[in-house]
Amino acid sequence: MTTWQPSELQRERIAYRRRQARRSTVIALVSSVILLALVVVGIGSTPGWPRVRATFFDVHRGWEALPVVAEGLWLNVRVMLVCAVLIVVFGLTLAIMRTSRGPIFFPLRVFAAAYTDVFRGLPLLLVIFLLGFGVPALQLRGLPNQAVIWGGAALVLTYSSYVAEVFRAGIESVHPSQRAAARSLGLSYRQTLRFVVLPQAVRRVLPPLLNDFVSLQKDSGLIAVLGVIDAIRAAQLETAEDFNFTPYVVAGLLFVALTIPLTRLTDYVARRQGWYGGGGGPV
Amino acid sequence: MSLPKNLLSLRGVRKAYGDNVVLDGMDLEVAAGECVVLIGASGSGKSTLLRCVNLLETVDDGVIELAGADITDPRVDADKVRSGIGIVFQAYNLFPHLTVLDNITLAPIRVHRVPRDAARARAMEMLERVGLADKAAAKPDELSGGQQQRAAIARAMVNSPQLMLLDEVTSALDPELVGEVLDLLRELKSEGMTMLVCTHEMAFARDVADQVCFLHHGRPLEIGPPAQVLDAPREARTQEFLRRVSGTTGR
Ligand SMILES: Nc1ncnc2c1ncn2[C@@H]1O[C@H](COP(=O)(O)OP(=O)(O)OP(=O)(O)O)[C@@H](O)[C@H]1O
Ligand SMILES: [Mg+2]
Repeated sequence: MTTWQPSELQRERIAYRRRQARRSTVIALVSSVILLALVVVGIGSTPGWPRVRATFFDVHRGWEALPVVAEGLWLNVRVMLVCAVLIVVFGLTLAIMRTSRGPIFFPLRVFAAAYTDVFRGLPLLLVIFLLGFGVPALQLRGLPNQAVIWGGAALVLTYSSYVAEVFRAGIESVHPSQRAAARSLGLSYRQTLRFVVLPQAVRRVLPPLLNDFVSLQKDSGLIAVLGVIDAIRAAQLETAEDFNFTPYVVAGLLFVALTIPLTRLTDYVARRQGWYGGGGGPV
Repeated sequence: MSLPKNLLSLRGVRKAYGDNVVLDGMDLEVAAGECVVLIGASGSGKSTLLRCVNLLETVDDGVIELAGADITDPRVDADKVRSGIGIVFQAYNLFPHLTVLDNITLAPIRVHRVPRDAARARAMEMLERVGLADKAAAKPDELSGGQQQRAAIARAMVNSPQLMLLDEVTSALDPELVGEVLDLLRELKSEGMTMLVCTHEMAFARDVADQVCFLHHGRPLEIGPPAQVLDAPREARTQEFLRRVSGTTGR
């Protein structure tokens, strides 16, 4: 290998690009600062701002509420993690059922289609009420009656239908020639699905899937209607003491803080593994 | 019944997509160790024929026999038949989520239950042969067209198939790579591999083919040794096709 030294021309180009990059950074910085200043001055100079600040952004009150709200959030996190696993399993199963071929699987296809139609249409809150209040009211023995479990079940039922559709879109986006290639090597239908179609499908739908899970994280708060104390409910209880809404803001910030690293991480991993794009022939 | 002398034989094969009759009473015999080259205009059904032989399409009528067994019988185990046939697709169809090595070892490990290490060793041998040993860990997207092509050939060969189906294996390549791939196919043939090849590469047909078959309107219009079909075609259609091909490729 010869040791390559950039030519005069290339060095000039590199220097130019570096100057451009520096310029861009400065412009971005200045414009951000100006905008921020305008917003702060604009809002800060409104007549109601002191009051709003006292009700929503009371640092002392927020600090006080933090432990209670965080404890509620821990419940959200647990519900969301357990549900997410079940949702992936059910959603994937439904998608596989719905994309199956052959007459034997006709009932499965119909079931999967009907399921998604119903649970995608039903408002989540309704499903939570039905399961959370309806099922325990049946007084069947042997069934658990904690609200968290039934609330979680409602989340799983509803979200499985969304996630199934996402997976189905992914499965159908894998070009038929990929199946043909796999079958031509002697792989069976199941092996083709498992080793060729699903790996490609799942990678492609990772961003929309993640979207659903961020949304699940927020909707996990809805099970509070069954009397469970999650982050939002905890904030509500705190607020009820003195009508200071800062605990809500704290809960909101905590939710955001949870989702941001998750999205960034997935994007980073997916890009590094080259999961986005690809799959075409030679260009 | 006498013993089947031909590895592959098609009799009266018909395949239509809706109103479009692509194969219409197709007959073809391929003896073991022979290389038959299919030529014909774009859309004349060459790829369709290969897909039918590989049971990726079900024929509408007629019989395809592989080593004397009727593989168009709906009772045959299609997966088993396919695993004895190697096919290289016109668009290669490598699996983009797997490395080149994993592309090649997938079928041996999952279908033929070869232990992982043995499968990898054999795959490396194949890659060595097609000159891609240094690309074993690369993803298909990172390969050039010719490299993808050779990876696809290695993938098709790794099962030691009785029959190789090759679809326009040189369509996307520059002349130098065409030479490389054709050398590989010549070598395979000299080892006794039976091959059914679609190509627009008349030089290859002339050089390697035992028989050349000109497809027209879903039928073999003219079959025979290359010297006859390519250099002294009897049919007017064949003559016209060859004139057009030599006009575009300069051969
Ligand atoms: N899956 C399909 N559905 C409907 N029609 C098809 C399908 N596959 C192929 N055809 C039609 O069958 C005919 C033959 O196609 P085929 O791919 O076999 O041509 P070919 O001889 O391989 O052409 P080329 O040289 O361009 O590769 C074409 O008219 C095509 O439109
Ligand atoms: Mg073709």
